[in-house]
Amino acid sequence: MRFVYLDHAATTPTDPEVVKEMLPCFTESFGNPSTLYKIGREAKKAITLARDKVAVAIGAKSEEIIFTSGGTESDNFALKGVAFANEQKGKHIITSSVEHHAVLETCKFLAKNGFEITYLPVDKYGIVDPEDVRKAVTDKTILVSVMQANNEVGTIEPIAETGKIVKEKGIYFHTDAVQAIGAVPVNVNDLNVDLLALSAHKFYGPKGVGALYIRKGTRMMSLINGGHQERRRRAGTENVPGIVGLGKAIELAVSKMEERSKQLTFLRDKLINGILDNIENVRLNGHPEKRLPNNANFSFEFVEGESMLLNLDLVGVAVSSGSACTSDTLEPSHVLSAMKVPIEIAHGSVRFTLGKNTTEEDIDYVLEVLPPIIKKLRQMSPLREGLDLNV
Amino acid sequence: MYSDKVMDHFQNPRNVGEIENPDGVGTAGNPTCGDIMKLYIKVNDGKIMDAKFQTFGCGAAIATSSMVTEMVKGKTIEEALRISNKAVAEALDGLPPIKMHCSVLAEEALQAAINDYNERLTKKNNE
Ligand code: FES
Repeated sequence: MRFVYLDHAATTPTDPEVVKEMLPCFTESFGNPSTLYKIGREAKKAITLARDKVAVAIGAKSEEIIFTSGGTESDNFALKGVAFANEQKGKHIITSSVEHHAVLETCKFLAKNGFEITYLPVDKYGIVDPEDVRKAVTDKTILVSVMQANNEVGTIEPIAETGKIVKEKGIYFHTDAVQAIGAVPVNVNDLNVDLLALSAHKFYGPKGVGALYIRKGTRMMSLINGGHQERRRRAGTENVPGIVGLGKAIELAVSKMEERSKQLTFLRDKLINGILDNIENVRLNGHPEKRLPNNANFSFEFVEGESMLLNLDLVGVAVSSGSACTSDTLEPSHVLSAMKVPIEIAHGSVRFTLGKNTTEEDIDYVLEVLPPIIKKLRQMSPLREGLDLNV
Repeated sequence: MYSDKVMDHFQNPRNVGEIENPDGVGTAGNPTCGDIMKLYIKVNDGKIMDAKFQTFGCGAAIATSSMVTEMVKGKTIEEALRISNKAVAEALDGLPPIKMHCSVLAEEALQAAINDYNERLTKKNNE
């Protein structure tokens, strides 16, 4: 049976070229980068090179890059680090209601610790209006955090505009760019950000490694205390193979971005049009144009997401869903809720995220297997067009 | 995460659809996640002769719907009323803990269908 992996927003396979660069770090240059002898120096050099690559990829200086264990840690570090280092100035933080849980849960934690959090609303496409950010700022605001691209619906936020406003106000601005790297241009100066989170495994790098960009001069508290590593901001012996993998992966992701985005956009639009043309009562979630080149998120009315996901899995297609039934809290996706998608429509949401190895045949296959699945589940459903959903 | 039995009933659900001129219809909504099950029964001589369902819900909801229709067939109303959501889940070789609430949907829809049947019967007897 064909295997079609369409959950690249969850994770990507590590590029063999990346693995090749990582391997010697496990067995040959395995030295601790803090040591003085040859293999230690080699490891240190490998980290320096990787740091340079990350810096170049996002238009930063090398000393502004801190390696972490991934996107979640980077978001935690950005928010907690700024919050606790600047609380004498004020305890107000602004974020959006469609952020990743790494940001939202950290905000919840900060709220428990005396910070006041403003969660900005979004429009029906999931966009945060930069003017809303301006209006929410008070003299107690110390940090604004808005993601660059949404992981569920793929909507791309106007970060540069928001950044400009935040900069004028003299407040720190963090963006979670985890889904954006390799998909759209990411430059910390164009975006006007002070902090930026990224994660290697979202762009064909290894899991367990990421980075946080911290603009020079940003007042931050360390998240992990210990040795002198990462300018004392994130102590602990470095994950050398992971960091080397991140460096290689981001280099590839940025150099191939244009070519890949073009191909992905073509395949994504083929999938979107194929589904909208062939299946009734479907809607596309997220912005029609301002969306990631690899993201297509639909709601199929009258059917539930998990049952679609399971049926697709049975024919070899891997996707994800924002249905309440697939979440461990049994609540519908907070992103779709914030976009005011009615709960029963959110229930039928399925996210397809394409990757560099996705082929046109893969898309054709999905377009062939999906309609009968929807038909079968709709025949089973008590809900119908024009029927009152509030039973 | 699902047992083979659950996957079997999910892939090949038994008794899907509506019954024309049913003797009882019950609808249950799941307050936890918002799913809906509709159950139809045909009764003869106090015995459930046929049962059909329509479900909008997850894999566990579909499988429990399918299983409960199988379990009630041939049972008397009294026997059917004693079918608990746990019994349905057990008949499916168990459900993940987070999915137990889906089986409640099946129990409630069945009880609603039997209530509807009883109401219709009383009405008929009073006519
Ligand atoms: S019906 Fe929603 S989790 Fe089962």
